[in-house]
Amino acid sequence: MGQTLFAKVWDAHNVRTLSNGQTQLFIGTHLIHEVTSPQAFGMLRDLGLKVRFPARTFATVDHIVPTNETAEPYSDPLAQAMIDELRKSCKDLGIKFFDTNTGKQGIVHIVGPEQGITQPGTTIACGDSHTSTHGAFGAIAFGIGTSQVRDVLATQTLALGKLKVRRINVTGKLLPGVYAKDVILHIIRLLGVNGGTGYAYEYAGDTFDRFTMEERMTVCNMSIEGGARVGYVNPDETTFAYLKGRPYCPTGTAWDEAVKRWKSFASDADAVYDDVVNIKTSDIAPTVTWGINPGQAIFVTENVPALSDARDETERASLDEALTYMKLAPGKAIKGTPINVAFIGSCTNGRLSDLEEVARFVKGRKVASSVKAIVVPGSQIVSQLAVAKGLDKVFTEAGFEWRAAGCSMCLAMNPDKLIGDQLCASSSNRNFKGRQGSPTGRTLLMSPVMVAAAAVTGVVSDARETFSIN
Amino acid sequence: MALAKISSVTGTAVHIPGDDLDTDRIIPARFMKCVTFDGLGEFMFYDVRNDPTTGLKTNHNLNDARFTGASIIISGNNFGCGSSREHAPQSIAKAGYRAILAEGFAEIFFGNSTNLGLPCLTAAKADLQRLAAAVNANPKLAVTVDVANERVAFGSDSIPAHIRPGARDSLVHGRWDPIGELLDASAAVGATAAKLGYA
Repeated sequence: MGQTLFAKVWDAHNVRTLSNGQTQLFIGTHLIHEVTSPQAFGMLRDLGLKVRFPARTFATVDHIVPTNETAEPYSDPLAQAMIDELRKSCKDLGIKFFDTNTGKQGIVHIVGPEQGITQPGTTIACGDSHTSTHGAFGAIAFGIGTSQVRDVLATQTLALGKLKVRRINVTGKLLPGVYAKDVILHIIRLLGVNGGTGYAYEYAGDTFDRFTMEERMTVCNMSIEGGARVGYVNPDETTFAYLKGRPYCPTGTAWDEAVKRWKSFASDADAVYDDVVNIKTSDIAPTVTWGINPGQAIFVTENVPALSDARDETERASLDEALTYMKLAPGKAIKGTPINVAFIGSCTNGRLSDLEEVARFVKGRKVASSVKAIVVPGSQIVSQLAVAKGLDKVFTEAGFEWRAAGCSMCLAMNPDKLIGDQLCASSSNRNFKGRQGSPTGRTLLMSPVMVAAAAVTGVVSDARETFSIN
Repeated sequence: MALAKISSVTGTAVHIPGDDLDTDRIIPARFMKCVTFDGLGEFMFYDVRNDPTTGLKTNHNLNDARFTGASIIISGNNFGCGSSREHAPQSIAKAGYRAILAEGFAEIFFGNSTNLGLPCLTAAKADLQRLAAAVNANPKLAVTVDVANERVAFGSDSIPAHIRPGARDSLVHGRWDPIGELLDASAAVGATAAKLGYA
């Protein structure tokens, strides 16, 4: 009987079975950032523990770093303190730090892949739930809490229970104006925000075979929004072509050996899955969330649900709560809803291909006067590549603000926040109550091109119409 | 480092109704600007307890004096979904809660809570509703979450509850913080690292 990639990677990293039946799993690569990791260094000090494998941990700053100022000290002394704490710990302990002055800083899930740190057949942990992004390379990658950051620093291992594996086959070419973001929003809408609890999602099918690495990353990134802690795509030639020549990848004969090893981790053709779901791209249209979790989504051509659509009392309560918070007209088209803010960026959609695709459509157009629009490149390298292609000028001429790299308005720990109940068209990953910095702020998740369409029209729009995509 | 054996938790309870109560709801990101978890308790469910527009306290159970001193939370499905921030269970524990009962828990939240010695048990929706009704009718009702035997007793009533065997055993045997056991395998960890084939 064949094995899944998940099972193979798990077995290769299995140190032993613990007394409670969990696995002591070796973590090959550990990524840390300034918000959930500094506390772990304090825990190590309190316990008198050392870092076991400093070379297996990589750090950067992304969550709290401002994107509207680059000179230090930053305006927010607490942000400065957290960044300084991480800097000091990394320096003292010999941990590689992609700091703001290196030209390589950025969102941790963008830095890992672009440095070639993220590799197939590895285990990757980070104190951030969107660590599932790295699964795009055929790694088992997942978010952990701060005490577990401590565990990894001290032992390079974690105590974990094995997940089941659900294969999600997606077949067909994406329809015009439909993007990887729509695919994952559709999957979450179908399977629910907790449908993946206890599972790793294996994304497969000819749609994923054709996807670029950046498209695969967008999908894997939001696995956790569907409850799946891990999401991955089997490594293939697309994966190897992306990695070749990256700073942390092997070269020469070591490269050939690595590719051979990486290929061996791919799921076998006769692998057995705990569950299989089949989806056709012909069923997927540009998708927009209307509610307060990423599963509350509709096609842009659909109406916002009404209370009468609820199938039971539980759904009615959840619809009522979401409709009340979002202040959208029940039963009416979402198209045409005025927005206040447009945000393009995040670990979901802050990569070069996202910016290139948006720039293609906003070139020569203007952001509506009622809209504040910002573009936040996911990393300094994304920013440099975009500037080299003149994209920054396209954006600023269209009326977008062009920012420094970071998480920015995805979780609003830096100065980029919604004000009051502003409505934001956002390329990020979460539309939870208060997520974008204002306790009454409202978020509509969508693809970057759909955000751009909303930005230039001032209202939620079908990008296929706004930009004549057909 | 001897850890407490958590085979049961007894106290009064508070009902926090709703499904999909996410980690941003439990602890909004703006309260995460800290290099220690101390003091997070006062920000637990901050925007649920305080009306963002008026600044006044809401009429949520968490503000109701009858439930002051509660140590058990009763909630809905997919509790703790969203981010991996340990700040969420830390804020709950620092606010004085010692067990959570819900229809379901998000994966990362469940693990983070267990590692802090905060038991998270699931129960059927109808059973939780019965428990919540009893607690709302009598806020001083003693509730016992029996982790070892996976039952919740209140008054003359009781309901079945569930927790993964691994987490249950860790709590009951006082091994919920895995660091000690992980450190024990130093040689085996070195051996695994050596045969991985990547640095």
